[in-house]
Amino acid sequence: MAFESIARRKKEKRVDLPLLLCYFLLITIGWISIYSAVYSEDHTFIFDFSQRYGMQFVWICISLIFAILILYIIRPSIYMTLSPVFYIVMLLLLFGVIFLGREVNGSKSWFFIGSFGLQPAEFSKITTSLLLATVMGQYNFSLSNKKDIIRAAAVVIIPIMLIIMERETGSALVYLGLILVFFLMGLSGWVIILGLSIIAIFILTILHSALAALTCAVSIVFILKWFIDGNWKYLLSSISIILLCAFIPKLIVLEIGTKTPFSFFKLLKPEVWTLIFIAPHIFIWIKDLVRHRFQRKSLNNSRWLLVSILVAITVIFSVNFLFNKVLQPHQKARIENLLGITEDLQGIGYNVHQSKIAIGSGGLTGKGFLNGTQTKYNFVPEQSTDFIFCTIGEEWGFIGSMVVLIIYLFLIIRIIQLASKNEDPFTKIYGWCVASIFAMHVFINMGMTMGIVPVIGIPLPLISYGGSSMLSFTLLLFIFIRLDMFRQVR
Amino acid sequence: MDKKNALIIGILLFGLILTIRLVMLQLIDPQYKVSAQKNALLYQTKYPARGEIIDRNGNTLVGNKTTYDIMATPIDIKEFDTLDFCRIFNVDVEAVKKKLRNWRINKKKIGYQSFTFIKQISDKQYSLFAEKAYKFPGFYAISRTARIYPFDAGANLFGYINEVDREFLEKNPEYRSGDYVGITGIEKSYEKVLRGKKGYNVFVRDVHNRVRSSFMNGAMDVDAEPGNNIVASIDGELQKYGELLMTNKVGSIVAIEPSTGEILAIVSAPGLTIEQLSNIRKEYSDILQDPYNPMFNRAVMSAYPPGSVFKTVNALIAQQRGVINSETRYNCYRGFLYGRGGRMGCHGHPSPLNLKQSIMMSCNAYYANTFRAILNDKKYNNIYESFNAWKADVNKFGFGVKLGSDFPSELAGNLPSTETYDKIHGKGKWNSYNILSLSIGQGEVGATPLQIANLAAIIANRGYWVAPHLIKESGDSLITQKYSEKHFVGIEPKYFESVVEGMYLAVNAPPGSGGTAWRAHLEGATICGKTGTAQNPHGKDNSVFMCFAPKDEPQIAISVYVENAGAGGVWAAQIASLVVEKYLNKEVERTALEQSVIQTSLKQNVPVRKRNK
Repeated sequence: MAFESIARRKKEKRVDLPLLLCYFLLITIGWISIYSAVYSEDHTFIFDFSQRYGMQFVWICISLIFAILILYIIRPSIYMTLSPVFYIVMLLLLFGVIFLGREVNGSKSWFFIGSFGLQPAEFSKITTSLLLATVMGQYNFSLSNKKDIIRAAAVVIIPIMLIIMERETGSALVYLGLILVFFLMGLSGWVIILGLSIIAIFILTILHSALAALTCAVSIVFILKWFIDGNWKYLLSSISIILLCAFIPKLIVLEIGTKTPFSFFKLLKPEVWTLIFIAPHIFIWIKDLVRHRFQRKSLNNSRWLLVSILVAITVIFSVNFLFNKVLQPHQKARIENLLGITEDLQGIGYNVHQSKIAIGSGGLTGKGFLNGTQTKYNFVPEQSTDFIFCTIGEEWGFIGSMVVLIIYLFLIIRIIQLASKNEDPFTKIYGWCVASIFAMHVFINMGMTMGIVPVIGIPLPLISYGGSSMLSFTLLLFIFIRLDMFRQVR
Repeated sequence: MDKKNALIIGILLFGLILTIRLVMLQLIDPQYKVSAQKNALLYQTKYPARGEIIDRNGNTLVGNKTTYDIMATPIDIKEFDTLDFCRIFNVDVEAVKKKLRNWRINKKKIGYQSFTFIKQISDKQYSLFAEKAYKFPGFYAISRTARIYPFDAGANLFGYINEVDREFLEKNPEYRSGDYVGITGIEKSYEKVLRGKKGYNVFVRDVHNRVRSSFMNGAMDVDAEPGNNIVASIDGELQKYGELLMTNKVGSIVAIEPSTGEILAIVSAPGLTIEQLSNIRKEYSDILQDPYNPMFNRAVMSAYPPGSVFKTVNALIAQQRGVINSETRYNCYRGFLYGRGGRMGCHGHPSPLNLKQSIMMSCNAYYANTFRAILNDKKYNNIYESFNAWKADVNKFGFGVKLGSDFPSELAGNLPSTETYDKIHGKGKWNSYNILSLSIGQGEVGATPLQIANLAAIIANRGYWVAPHLIKESGDSLITQKYSEKHFVGIEPKYFESVVEGMYLAVNAPPGSGGTAWRAHLEGATICGKTGTAQNPHGKDNSVFMCFAPKDEPQIAISVYVENAGAGGVWAAQIASLVVEKYLNKEVERTALEQSVIQTSLKQNVPVRKRNK
């Protein structure tokens, strides 16, 4: 006992320096970028508090004060013990803001105290992570226990619902990143693959046709089945036949050209041929299923495949409903714009188009500090907040963008590794939460500015302008750094 | 595999996707660098002056005056005194405020675009604005041109220009919002010649953000090229005079120079006034509701029965075929009798007449016989063959076909076909008697006043016509070629002599000797004319007259068509005679006649239908 406590005390002062370095690099890059994004010759002083960069400095200072409090004053034990209290207070705030908040850009998610705005949704990421870590960190928590699953899922889903009610769908989406924590806690990787497949099917249906999506889904399921069964003969032959079906009609049509008006060539669509090829297999498979009703082992495999296909069919046929009824018109437009179905560079596609121009015009080394024309002339809206990465891309080029991306990747992976090494389940799970949230923000935000993810208005952690976001990411990160100080090296 | 490592690999994979995207955007695809440059440059359009329309004597028919449009660049607009602003331009404060609010909301979408804020302000307003412009940042004036019409005539002819609408832009991507385009008349037909080429000034936005400076000191600027002028064949004075004569009448006047096909005047009454034309946007709905349909160009669109003027066509075809000659005589029993009590009436005149006299006195029976002679020619096996042969010959005169003028709205009129009669009478159940009314230009035939004037030109030219046209000079050689080609009608010149002589006598024989057009007589002008009194199912007969003058080396060929005005020898003939006098003598001495024509209103005889809104 005594030895242990000495060891712990010894480790207690060890703040993880790489994380600290990442943090300071990011806030500095952010501050400079904001200065550049809103720069005007009338206000050149970087501490001018009437400007956003001046304000960002204030927020940085406030954040640092909190960081110091967390590192040296606040007892880390309260995070676990008080996490239900924090969580419930935050739920009340999230709920209250729906009625008492002020509407900003169509969503009601801001409290205003004077001219200072505060966004509870930003801070609820912390409380949710803390409570999730508490729940999952309990001694006998297991994902094979249904009650436990429900409790853990409820912790995540309740704030999501409230945030959706505030019409801040983007922030709500970030919570989906916490699925990674479930994954690390023992959730099957297939669930994530299933999730990704659903997205893929969704996109394929919108982009192509329901038939094409169905064909793809069925083909992939069968290839997987043969892969799992180890049926190499079927696997190889089916892949080659599918490739043949997919490309030969294209080649024929190319050869003969579009001159032939005969509609037979319209029948040569790849999905039709693939389906004709697969149909007998479906038949045989269903026959097998019936025959092996009582042989559990063979059924187990097949059951998953059946479920997959049913899910695929459900997704395909609910796409229309989802797309037209559930999504708000602007969200639908953003997705259509991303997929290139509609091209409206003046309207909905304006932001992304201008943002791509800004980043693309940066080239290898960028135009240099304060020399970005795109950012300077305010072509890119929201460029000090959600689209801040444009400024970096334009002024610092590929090299600068890569530096930022690498810092983030390093930060996220470092957190995962530190957390995984930690013996304390609470710290471990909280760390995973932090890493997931950072990862979601970084990929969605950067992807959005580069036009590979639909426009979802969430900030780039520690770089984007904004008090709530700066403070909440600081708290999120420093609580982990503080918890990590207990780390025991085996 | 360790789940933690799987996760790390997944995260690195996403990092890789972002990296690949960065490589594509920043290192490979050059399009974004080009777009960035374009973004920083601002192109301010310089609008060209539209080409003018000049008449054959060098007078300006359609000219330009400078006006100004007030442009606004929303992003540059700062707080300003809206009240003062609105007082200058006399516009509604609320409307302006609404627009500004709208811009503020759509700030992101608008970016650096500029919009036309107020169109065509007056000189006075411009100078007021110029004085105070410093008070209104974000607003500036650009010069545009507006049309002026010194002759106060020819509104239908010139047509109007208007700002392009969305539908037009979709079909014509070379135009931009804010451009003007000819919608009707010459403005439309010669849009390409008149419109000129836009230029632009290039400005660059510097790092000061809002201040603009000229890009490369104007080296990249392009000046606007003004449109080319068009010299029209119109005689401005004659056009104006024609419109004056048609006051309170419904119909049209077409005057052509026979040897060239140049249109000297073309009047459709009632037509648009110049005032309506200049304010077309305001007046448009009123114009649409006018029961007389002033936008409708009767001269080229209305297919009227030509009446007796059409007899000349049959006279010429019959001579060429050899079925009659100048001395052929037919009896007239105050009409032409056929079948069981069938009769095509005629008026009182000596009988029998020869060809020349039949034209002079406009005998219906003569042409009933002539037409039957054409159709019953033994050369052809049946009525179908002979009818089609006749139709082909009539087509050569420009009836039933478009003449190829430069009116975009020109119509072909009607000429019946054998199917028409099959439908009326049944297949094989009709003969020359059934279609006898065609001999005197009645029944199923419809001709535009332009086609009738063209017929006068054919007779004046003794055998050919040139497509009537409005353009006299233009840089386009294709146009010149099209309008110098002679279309021969396939009748030898000698056969025209008795027709011309008959038309001369119709006008110039002493009153009382049977000439139908004695009222058109003008001392010394040797007018040759043919009257027509077209029966009209809607009320009183239409008054038709065509003529050319002088008899030898004709300078002008005219058709006059007055709806519901009675016999052709009265109003139409007198109007034509005055037009000839105006054109040949430049001054009209018969002021009493002139006044009586101008002051007579024949409009009230015209049945009108209430037009829908």
